[in-house]
Amino acid sequence: MKRLTLNAAAVVVLVMTIFPVYWMFLTAFKPTGEIQAATPTFWPAHPTLEHFATAVNAPGFWTFWRNSLVVTVVAVLVALVTALLAAFAVARMRWRGRGAFVVAVFAAQMAPWEALLVPVFIIARDTELLDSLAMLTGVYFMITLPFTIVTLRGFLAAIPPELEEAAQVDGCGRLAAFRRVVFPLLAPGLMATSLFGFITAWNEFAFVNVLIIKDQDKRTLPVWLSSFRDVFGTDWGATMAAASLFALPALLLFLFLQRRVGTGMTAGAVKG
Amino acid sequence: MRGTRSPWPYLLIAPTVAGGAFLLLYPMLKAAVISFQHFRMGELIRGGAAFAGLDNYAELLAGEEFWRVLWRTLGWTAINVVLIVVLSTGVALMLTRLRRGLRLALMSALALAWATPIIAATTVFQWLFQSELGVVNWLLVMLGFDSFRGYPWFADGTATFAVLVILVVWQSVPFAALTLYAGLTTIPGELYESARIDGGTGRQVFWKITLPMLRQLFALVASLEVIWVAKCFPQIWVLSQGGPDGATTTLPVYAFKIARVLHRYDLGSAVAMLTVVILAVALVSNLRRMVRQ
Repeated sequence: MKRLTLNAAAVVVLVMTIFPVYWMFLTAFKPTGEIQAATPTFWPAHPTLEHFATAVNAPGFWTFWRNSLVVTVVAVLVALVTALLAAFAVARMRWRGRGAFVVAVFAAQMAPWEALLVPVFIIARDTELLDSLAMLTGVYFMITLPFTIVTLRGFLAAIPPELEEAAQVDGCGRLAAFRRVVFPLLAPGLMATSLFGFITAWNEFAFVNVLIIKDQDKRTLPVWLSSFRDVFGTDWGATMAAASLFALPALLLFLFLQRRVGTGMTAGAVKG
Repeated sequence: MRGTRSPWPYLLIAPTVAGGAFLLLYPMLKAAVISFQHFRMGELIRGGAAFAGLDNYAELLAGEEFWRVLWRTLGWTAINVVLIVVLSTGVALMLTRLRRGLRLALMSALALAWATPIIAATTVFQWLFQSELGVVNWLLVMLGFDSFRGYPWFADGTATFAVLVILVVWQSVPFAALTLYAGLTTIPGELYESARIDGGTGRQVFWKITLPMLRQLFALVASLEVIWVAKCFPQIWVLSQGGPDGATTTLPVYAFKIARVLHRYDLGSAVAMLTVVILAVALVSNLRRMVRQ
């Protein structure tokens, strides 16, 4: 009986958690007549792709899609490389100022990004980087960097330095020892951090609103989606199709990497 | 051990330091300076802003609107964070008790909700709470709340505020619940067994064992949520732009509105600086604890 109550409660939580996501995809596939029915249906009687066609054919869709992807991927990759270097220095070397650096990175995680909109706008204007994807990439890189350093440092600290030292004794150079021994063990950490970085940058809405003002071709998907809603106001099918297309990469990456991160971690634990 | 005089560590952190100096430290100092200047449309274009001392702060603190926004932000943060922590604790405890299949299903659902981009989720919530065709109104009418037939959620300040709370809680619970669940799995089972043998009830076990063991983790989750909820901007901006009648204007929305709409960059920076100071004061004990670790 207790088991039954627990399971019932779990199912309720599950439905409430998943329902908005389900309703988004469902509406995107429903013909307009079904969307506007007085009694909502919870399964599409006649699924259609017309709303996706509307969304994809909306002006600029592919441009904004490409902008978002380029900005996000470049920002995350640059942040990963930069963070890996810094995390290695922190986790594996002793040097003057290390403690201060760690504290600074911790503090930077709480950076008041919303307070920096105006100065970042001024910097972009003065360096003629307004309306450029480069500036946007730079900002997203910086937003994700502190978190990436902290997380990678944690993963690096969990890998015993003796493994590298043993490889060096066996004749590997320091770099080769890192590449062959540490890097594979670090893979789950790199995946987990890139996942968080991806979601943060993919989501960003405030800076793109301030940094992209004249050149509308430089907008990204979040801005496009919020304006799409204004333009297509009552066309909920098209709006939900647009939202689905925007959500899909993040959802797929999450489902794909989450499993890899999990198995990677257990594999690392067994080997380590 | 490696020598302290090697230039390598400094070379390795150089890109981080350069990025932080140019894109974080410099803008932060600049924002602080602007908040003490007379900095509006003209100064933004021509430059040459004059210092105005504490004028911007005085103007803010003398105005009624700032205090209304401040209290609303505190209420907004308190309501959301309490709901997030309580609900995610419940979900995390539930996860530890479920059988494998249902547990994996629930965890996947949480992961999907977590990964749904903010703007996509915000758009979906506009659709869920749409007055005529929204499924929420339909459900409420079905359940016998007839007054919700065609109820316009976004026309009323309190109702819009409520929808935003539901949205933010829905988005935040997955991260908090999965983090707390990960923490719960590290508590050794023997502790619970001996507590049960001693005749402890579920509630006693939670207050006497679970909570003390995970105090640090609860503090971390709570303070992260305080930061995220207090600074939350895109959801509010897209859903209501702080309206109707300013009923959902919190500090970040207020700062954005002042700067963007009124071109009062000085006043906007002052609001942002005050937000930072308030958050820093609220979190200083937790910050200290995290630095000590």
